[in-house]
Amino acid sequence: MSAVLTLENLSYTYGQGTPFEKRAVNNVSLEINKGELVGIIGHTGSGKSTLVQMLNGLIKPNEGKVILDGEDIWKNPKEIRSVRFKVGMVFQYPEYQLFEETVYKDIAFGPANKGITGAELDSAVKKAAEFTGLKPQLLEKSPFDLSGGEKRRAAIAGVIAMDPQVLVLDEPTAGLDPMGREVLLSQIVDYHKQRQNTVLLVSHSMEDIARVADRIIVMNNSELFMYEDTKTVFSHGKELSKIGLRVPQITRIMLELRERGVDVPRGILTTDEAFSVLTRLLKKEGKLW
Amino acid sequence: MVRDVAFGQYFPGKSIIHRLDSRAKILLLIGYIVIIFCAFNYFSLSLVALLSAVMIALSKISPKFYFKSLKVIIFVVIFTSLLNLFYGTGEIIAQWWIFKVTVGGINRAVFVTVRIICLILASSCLTFTTAPTELTDAIERLMKPLNKLHFPVHEIAMMMSLALRFVPTLLEETDKITSAQKARGADMESGNILKRVKALIPILIPLFVSSFRRAYEIATAMECRCYHGGNGRTRMKIIHMTKRDVMAFAVLAFVILGVILCNIFIPTVI
Repeated sequence: MSAVLTLENLSYTYGQGTPFEKRAVNNVSLEINKGELVGIIGHTGSGKSTLVQMLNGLIKPNEGKVILDGEDIWKNPKEIRSVRFKVGMVFQYPEYQLFEETVYKDIAFGPANKGITGAELDSAVKKAAEFTGLKPQLLEKSPFDLSGGEKRRAAIAGVIAMDPQVLVLDEPTAGLDPMGREVLLSQIVDYHKQRQNTVLLVSHSMEDIARVADRIIVMNNSELFMYEDTKTVFSHGKELSKIGLRVPQITRIMLELRERGVDVPRGILTTDEAFSVLTRLLKKEGKLW
Repeated sequence: MVRDVAFGQYFPGKSIIHRLDSRAKILLLIGYIVIIFCAFNYFSLSLVALLSAVMIALSKISPKFYFKSLKVIIFVVIFTSLLNLFYGTGEIIAQWWIFKVTVGGINRAVFVTVRIICLILASSCLTFTTAPTELTDAIERLMKPLNKLHFPVHEIAMMMSLALRFVPTLLEETDKITSAQKARGADMESGNILKRVKALIPILIPLFVSSFRRAYEIATAMECRCYHGGNGRTRMKIIHMTKRDVMAFAVLAFVILGVILCNIFIPTVI
């Protein structure tokens, strides 16, 4: 698999040269492969948000490089805007960025900035709306008349419509009801599968991450703590809890069982998986038929 | 970016100026501004400027920040002093077309420059050393007599403190929204003026919307805590005048006296 994004010794310090200096990202090097869905987890203030904002050049690193498709994004600082179309970024609570008269126009803002016009623009907007599950009749409404969940969808559609190679979502499900979270998450997965794009998902919900991510970046104290596939990361329950994170509930139960001598594998991520493992085990011991 | 403006910022500290009663500071500032404009010759002007320098030194805040606050008004200073330079009367020193530079003009230009600089330095000293809440508190207390004229003193002070409290929040919000729109490819840096003003729309509209949302939220939150205006409201922190404040007034009185004496005994320049 080829790397779409490579980070080399990336560092960033806020307020450099002032008394309020604070190192937010320290010497992070990693590769993100094309077509992967990568989760980013870490304690509040661990540097996740700063890290992802460096990926599309919103923050210029003090040291190190961000290499997108084999090219340093800061090679030509005047062209940094073109990077933003390649690495789409959905911020936390993106609904607060809506501003146009209609939802349609708002979704079209990004692709229009990219230079897309006419029928192509129309289809980009409609496809993006479809991906995020926005009903067509909502497109002509004012974004301020939508419900909270619909606003969130509209804002995400606004980024998806730019058709970025890499889509970065910072806590896309924060503040949504359980049903809304579930639906939005599966739409993101569908989008990922259909477009074969790279998706980076920052989240505090370990359950969400465990369900969808191929690999996980764990940030701690501005540094890269771990970058492994999902099963491996979540089989390190103890290390994670030391840095203020936890593993999904079901994974924790299975790890506990294992510690008490039950023969279950490490890194079980979903209830379904746990169910099949446990029933098999019970059948083997003759306690279940 | 927006944060670089030093004028009106507050720097917490424990200097003598910080510890002065905020009401006293406002009155002292008003007194000082009056004498800035009562200095009519170079002796009294330097006395006034000296007081500014003393204030800056006593505030224990790096002069760097005072310079920064001057930067904001540098154009006003240059513009007014140039204008004054050519409007003077008296002995002509240089002449070109309709412009003539006179001794009176030079004097006026110097006076106006020093006066504006002193004015900004002294007001910066007040805002640098006084927390916004203290300031509005002091204004409320000082304006209390106006209550008798049915002037809503408390309400105005409350509005002021709410507005001040939201300045940093709005700055942060502006940064966030700017980033979000930039991420959607908004172009803020290029194009002519019209294009740049248009580029602000995607930032200003969300900012307006969220300001209204915040206003409603804070109104509800205040009502939930039974806020009902200023009647019968007591304060947690009651400010008292102390010896320090009396001393400060004495210093100002001394300078005022000095300025008056200079004005009487030394000939007026402008």
